[in-house]
Amino acid sequence: MSGARGIISVAGYVPYRRLDRAAVAKLFGSGGGRGTRAVAGYDEDTTTMGVEAARVAQRAVPDVAIDQLWFATAEPAYLDKTNATTIHAALRLDEGVPALDFGGAIRSGVGALRAALHGNGTTLVVSADARTGLPTSGDESAGGDGAAALLVGGVEDGPIIAELLGAASTTEEFIDRWRAPGSQRSKVWEERYGETKYLPLGDRAWNAALKQAEVSAGDIDVLAVTGMHARGVKALTARLGAANAKVADDLGAMVGNTGTAHPALLLTSVIEAAAPGQVVALVVLADGVEAMIFRTTDEITRFRAPRTLSHQIANGADLPYGKFLSWKGQVAIEPPRRPEPERISASVSGRTEEWKYAFVGSRDRASGALHLPPARVSRDGGNVDDMDPAPMADVEGTIRIITVDRIAYSPSPPITFAIVDFDGGGRLPVEMTDVNADDLKIGDRVEMTFRRLYTADDIHNYFWKARPVRA
Amino acid sequence: MASKGIKDRVAIVGMGCTQFGEHWDKGPDDLLIESSTDALAAAGIAKADVDAFWLGTAMGAPSGLTLARPLQLTGKPVTHVINHCATGSESIRNAAYAIASGAYDVAMAIGVEKVKDSGYQGLVGAGRPPTDGTNRTLTAAAMFAMCSPAYGTKYGVGDEQMREVLARIAWKNHYNGARNSRAQFRREVSMDTICGAPLMAGGLGVYDCSGVADGSAAAILVRAEDATRYTDRPIYIKALSLVAGNCSGNADPEYDYTNFPEIAAAGVDAYAQAGITDPRSELAMAEVHDCFTPAELLIYEDLGFAARGTAWKEVLDGTFDLLGELPVNPDGGLKSFGHPVGASGVRMAFEAYLQLRGDAPPERTIAHADRGLALTHNLGGYPGEMVSFVGIFGNRLG
Repeated sequence: MSGARGIISVAGYVPYRRLDRAAVAKLFGSGGGRGTRAVAGYDEDTTTMGVEAARVAQRAVPDVAIDQLWFATAEPAYLDKTNATTIHAALRLDEGVPALDFGGAIRSGVGALRAALHGNGTTLVVSADARTGLPTSGDESAGGDGAAALLVGGVEDGPIIAELLGAASTTEEFIDRWRAPGSQRSKVWEERYGETKYLPLGDRAWNAALKQAEVSAGDIDVLAVTGMHARGVKALTARLGAANAKVADDLGAMVGNTGTAHPALLLTSVIEAAAPGQVVALVVLADGVEAMIFRTTDEITRFRAPRTLSHQIANGADLPYGKFLSWKGQVAIEPPRRPEPERISASVSGRTEEWKYAFVGSRDRASGALHLPPARVSRDGGNVDDMDPAPMADVEGTIRIITVDRIAYSPSPPITFAIVDFDGGGRLPVEMTDVNADDLKIGDRVEMTFRRLYTADDIHNYFWKARPVRA
Repeated sequence: MASKGIKDRVAIVGMGCTQFGEHWDKGPDDLLIESSTDALAAAGIAKADVDAFWLGTAMGAPSGLTLARPLQLTGKPVTHVINHCATGSESIRNAAYAIASGAYDVAMAIGVEKVKDSGYQGLVGAGRPPTDGTNRTLTAAAMFAMCSPAYGTKYGVGDEQMREVLARIAWKNHYNGARNSRAQFRREVSMDTICGAPLMAGGLGVYDCSGVADGSAAAILVRAEDATRYTDRPIYIKALSLVAGNCSGNADPEYDYTNFPEIAAAGVDAYAQAGITDPRSELAMAEVHDCFTPAELLIYEDLGFAARGTAWKEVLDGTFDLLGELPVNPDGGLKSFGHPVGASGVRMAFEAYLQLRGDAPPERTIAHADRGLALTHNLGGYPGEMVSFVGIFGNRLG
């Protein structure tokens, strides 16, 4: 490794809705547990959650160039087609910035992080997952939905907030947890068998990482251990010898285990709260063990995510279990008696990519009139092709009028639209999300969020909605 | 450059109009045959006497063949026109211009829509071009639902008061429709029923929305100087105005959803063509596009029937009732007729034709037919982005 590398920016995304685990046993008489888990909205998938995390990570360090974008998930919205290209479009990255998927295994999340830390230039590592399982299962309750984005690079690329001191990896083929493509149910072997594999793999990765980092276990200030094998995580945490370390909150009480995204989500949570000069260890159990040791830098005091993970965790709202089962595809509910939407056109979407994926309007150079969607002819003065692009995804707005539509097609009716007037000009009727219609009022402040409106012919229709600003 | 109009140059000498409703047993061909046969009979002519045809249909097969095949027209020009909910009125407008130009002696304007074959409630049959999926997915009901709170906030009309105003509009139109044998809904509906109806979108209940029906209507047009050859009571075209908006309302923070600029502009143009200076006292009646009750409320002000911010009081005072100062939708409106898109504008002209000729049945004869002028109006689209038609018809020249 030439020169210090580490993490330049971190951002987490936790969806707004929470399932109260107690609701499971209330319906079925078994299952569930204490606390809540985060639930992706009916209009979210791993790609949209990845966009939400990536936007925040990018905005936190707007002057740092992103050289490549990697996206890892065990629940991809598409196979064959790259999902990272959607995030690439939403972030308005240059065509010379490769966008690549790390697909399939839960390990791909931490694996992408490891590869980026050992690579060159800057890499925005985005990981996301939407965990499910059959009703009453442990996976259903313990799982969570979310995403995280870590911008990795060298000291020459940007201000590093957590420098990598050392990392090590152990790998072994054994059958612990598996899932057939398309299935919503993961299966696991008897936990005690996996434990016999993970503990020695963990020991060896840990010791190698400490050695490379030139620190001892007693030097660790914060220890984050995660993985889908709960028994192994607990046992390994106890035997790593990090006697002086604070064991990081695993976010299980309110968010749940977000699988592929969880290592980066935990690291984000730890870094958001860390002081300069702290030694942070991340240990991940997934078909082997990854161990990484970082030291936070003085730059961490200057780092501010525009939307913190802790704020998102604290600002959730209850989702009834019936909705959860419906959103997760475990229960089919009666759709609205309206024609289902037709698939979107590839060529039309291609022509409007900046609008559709990055929410870029146009501003008349002469009059300043903002056009949403972008227009070639100004409504104010009539000038033709005298416009500048107007990126609006990060511009907040104010609700002017609200309307609840009880008859329009929606995957989760009714839908609520608001006429939003954006700060600095521009108006658009936008669909509201992450809110109960009754809680909205004229004058409320809103921000834009990237969502999946519907799917037709297996093509996902991504576009932007608005959600309340929850300060 | 000016909108000069064709005042008193073209006359309607015969019309036909089917009953509107859920015609499960009739297709568009049946409806076209029925309305055209009645119109030809009213004018005392045969289909061979008609030189050219304009067909309005928004959801039917988009060509002249949709009319030529069922009527078995041979060697005749048939033009399909479409312009959202002004489609029916466009058939009259374009046929009238062809007659005024001298290109033809006799023309038929005919509108039809077969809505109830889709298997869904509401107007869902219209074909749409492929999109990028970023287009708004709101129903028309939800779009028009935005107007009433905007109006109430601007003019200090509380929610309950606004509920009463909108219900009063629906009540009036159903009252009128109960006296019309061609209407889809032919019974009065109480204020309590209207106010207590299930919500569809925003504050709008079922009775704030127009019905959904199939129907057809047709008109025979000739030059004004030829009109008395066909009837002793021709109806003269005084004005035909159309405005297609630039769709800026939903992009321009200046727009406040308490008015429809496209309608106001079409009104100004139509009044100028017809020489009308005070529509409220000069018009005998108006048929306006009451697709949703807030639309009718705003239309009163856009067309100058009431000053800005006052129409809600006029509604409660009964100004626009059947026997009021200016009856609006004496036939029952879209509320009672439903909205077969291609037919509605022609159906409105049919009511003007009946009332101005004195052919309306006694139970819904308006009080001031002697004023001799009737207005018809359509809007097509949504608040902030619509086309608007205003036509004015009269029972005497000058």
